[in-house]
Amino acid sequence: MIHVKNLIKTYKDGEIETQVLKGLNFEAREGDFVAIMGRSGAGKSTFLYQMSMLDDPTSGEISIDGVDVLNLPQHKRSGFRLKELGYVFQDYALLPDLTALENVALPLLMKGESKHLAYKHATAVLEKVGLGHRVNNVPSALSGGEQQRVSIARAIVHKPKILFADEPTANLDNYSSRQVIDIFIELNKQGQTIVMVTHEEEYAKCAKRIVRLDDGKIVSG
Amino acid sequence: MFWLDIKIAWFLAIRQIKRSSIWTTLLIIGVMTLTFLNLVAVSGILVGLIEGSVQANKNYYTSDVIISKLEQKEFIDNSNAVISQLEQTPGVRAYSARYLDGVTVEANYRTRTDDSVKPDTAGAQAVGINPTKENELTQLSKFVVEGEYLNESDYDKILMGAYLLKKYLPVDSPGFAALENIGPGTKVKISFGSTTREFIVKGILKSKVDEITTRIYFVDSQLRGLIGRDDFNVDEISVAVDPGVDPSEVTRRLKAAGVDDVAKVQTFAEAEPKFLKDIKATFALLGNMISLIGLAVALITVFIVIFINAVTRRKFIGIAKGIGISGQAIEYSYVIQSFFYAICGSTIGVVVVYAFLIPYFNIHPINFPFSDGILVAPVIETAVRVGLLILATIIAGYVPARMIVRKNTLDSILGR
Repeated sequence: MIHVKNLIKTYKDGEIETQVLKGLNFEAREGDFVAIMGRSGAGKSTFLYQMSMLDDPTSGEISIDGVDVLNLPQHKRSGFRLKELGYVFQDYALLPDLTALENVALPLLMKGESKHLAYKHATAVLEKVGLGHRVNNVPSALSGGEQQRVSIARAIVHKPKILFADEPTANLDNYSSRQVIDIFIELNKQGQTIVMVTHEEEYAKCAKRIVRLDDGKIVSG
Repeated sequence: MFWLDIKIAWFLAIRQIKRSSIWTTLLIIGVMTLTFLNLVAVSGILVGLIEGSVQANKNYYTSDVIISKLEQKEFIDNSNAVISQLEQTPGVRAYSARYLDGVTVEANYRTRTDDSVKPDTAGAQAVGINPTKENELTQLSKFVVEGEYLNESDYDKILMGAYLLKKYLPVDSPGFAALENIGPGTKVKISFGSTTREFIVKGILKSKVDEITTRIYFVDSQLRGLIGRDDFNVDEISVAVDPGVDPSEVTRRLKAAGVDDVAKVQTFAEAEPKFLKDIKATFALLGNMISLIGLAVALITVFIVIFINAVTRRKFIGIAKGIGISGQAIEYSYVIQSFFYAICGSTIGVVVVYAFLIPYFNIHPINFPFSDGILVAPVIETAVRVGLLILATIIAGYVPARMIVRKNTLDSILGR
């Protein structure tokens, strides 16, 4: 499903070059639940951003479901992200002017679904993550845990092939974190491929596989 | 894909407008309204200064059509025939025939004891009118600021234009001879060629139309005798047309009847002095230049507003792009917001201009020395300005949105 080969990411700051990812090779199969771990600065989030097409690596190859994503033209990239990928960010990343329902329905509307159908599907997914009673609330009226669950609902509503999550529990209390991880476990049981960055060992253990990074290289997994 | 982008843009824009701070929205719309007023009202008042003068000249002097003597003639030949033709011409509502002659008027001659002192004299144009017809046509009586208006039966009584009197003349120039100590009841001597006669000032006329304020008005029957117009030939005839009738249609009919063989027949627009036409064109040019500056200010204002809006929402633009919303949909959403602000600002501006400012300035014109300034805002010109404002706003909304959307998605999300 995901094939990463010799992935290098270098940041330039004037004359100074910092190589954050140093030739990573990685594979994930359909139905995998991979936790990427490492200490701060190990390059785990950078790795996730390259794999999930939010950033461009300096060199290397990435293919998702057989598609060489790095060579996709720019206009096809957003279409690919919309159809094939889902994202959960550390800070929820909900659009503040939209209600929970509208946030979740947005990817469906962008795929061309009618408003009626999109809202129907979005409501169903919100109910699935336990937020059926909060559909008309804007993000500022929701708790951190609720916002993260809305974010998960938005990430899975269009049935993506891969769900990428960047430290999804970092800003949450234990109870909310557990709820989020339970949702991930349930989704994975239903066949959802998940790649999650976390620094919390307890939650990483819930994944099927743990990949550890250190100094821009995979050291285990 | 385009329509899908528009649909998503609409979805995002409506919610962003609906859920943004009401005070921010009101501020932006307020800025747009003021920009619109700057665009329409400022240039409108500038043009209105001259238009006020033109309108006053029409309403209180030339009326809709003016028939005047041919250049090589001293008066309109066979005036009676012209007047009877006028009375038969469809569309003519009223007219006033005037006798004109140059005169010299002298005041304070009774108190002048020293012959070596220059007499208090001024040159003026004498106008013989039928007071009733003239008043019906030009409402001359409303310009009487002292004394009373003339009656048809008045004899040896005159109305004097205020600019012939020192106390009303706004400038003290050797080129403008003006008389002192004149008021209702004062006696003045008026010379018509070799004939001199004493008259009583019955009233003083003050208006911003020079033709009224620099002339001396007599009852036509008396002036006719004094200047030897026993043939009843007049110098000019002002004609008002019925409401809804095009003055050029009346001039066409009069010309067809042969009136232009003995007189110059012109609509008020044709009779407008060239200097007034030149001033109008200059002020219109100035107005357009000011409007252009207003438009540039509008463009920059909206650009800044949308740019700040887009910059503060850069993270959310990044998120939207990250989850697969197309850049175009995001850009269009800002264009729709700009369009909304422009439409709201323009609509309020149009209401302010047409429902409040124009009626207000019509009732309370701006008091300029040479005219009563009104606000001129022709509907078509206003529509063009609204269109320009909307276009400028859309451009000003699109450019900053595009600048932000083109930034790296991840950098936008992470705010770096």
